[in-house]
Amino acid sequence: MDWAVYLVGAAMILTGALGVILLRNPVHCALMLVFTMFGIFLEFINQGADFLAAVQIIVYAGAVVILFLFVIMFLGVDRKEAIGAERLRFQRPLAILLGLVALVEILALSRVDHWVSGAPAQSGALKGAGSNVAKLGQSLYTGYLLPFEMTAALLVIAVVAAVVMSRRHQPSAGEMSPAAQKELRESHQSALSASDPSLAGRLEAPSE
Amino acid sequence: MNVPSAWYLILAAVLFGIGATGLLVRRNVLVMFMCIELMLNAVNLTFVTFARMLNDVGGQVDVFFVLVVAAAEVVVGLSIIVAMFRRRAAATADDIHGLKG
Repeated sequence: MDWAVYLVGAAMILTGALGVILLRNPVHCALMLVFTMFGIFLEFINQGADFLAAVQIIVYAGAVVILFLFVIMFLGVDRKEAIGAERLRFQRPLAILLGLVALVEILALSRVDHWVSGAPAQSGALKGAGSNVAKLGQSLYTGYLLPFEMTAALLVIAVVAAVVMSRRHQPSAGEMSPAAQKELRESHQSALSASDPSLAGRLEAPSE
Repeated sequence: MNVPSAWYLILAAVLFGIGATGLLVRRNVLVMFMCIELMLNAVNLTFVTFARMLNDVGGQVDVFFVLVVAAAEVVVGLSIIVAMFRRRAAATADDIHGLKG
């Protein structure tokens, strides 16, 4: 049973990952990324990481890939990539070679080096009585409390950065010339009286 | 019958290799971003495998933090891409050469 789940998950992961790097349309790539996430979900379940499997699907398939698709649709880049003009010569064969070298290095290192120090668990045992979520929460809110609170700061900073960067720059009133201010006020005035005639004249010029 | 941990580690290494290759091969900025997500997931799988291997909950807590950092990274990265597209409609990494001398 374990092997069956492992093999199905591995097949999903490899198919999805190859789909992400081989398909031309970015929308298809994003959908293949979701496929990979479900493969990872199966492997997590197979190893008893129940909470992380659920969070993986919620965060990645539910939020991250949706954000990707939103940006793809928003920018209208779901057209095909121009393949013809390669700025860098031999980029593709060189990139595949480098990727293979990285893979061989990782596998070789895992063969020659020791994975396990044999030291006992430092942050709490994973096996034993109790649910996975309880152990994870216990560890998170005791030993890892400071990093956990720093992630809150990190998320706030990320939200502020996203708002600042995606905002269109609008000059504030102090930066506008008097003529531009007058023009803006008149355009607001005409829009206001067009929507509701009873409001006409309510937006007056400030008294000097 | 349990699957040996080595099989998970090999799978994670292959996934990381595919992600790294994709990052080098593709020139669409959004797809390059997706390849980074692939590599992050390979590392997450390694963390979970070692957590089971060493009977240590710390590995799973690390995956939790990787998820948070990945979410923040996606938010900032995509807003950079949106800001870049707004200045000029450039879909590939080759078009970003504003700092080139």
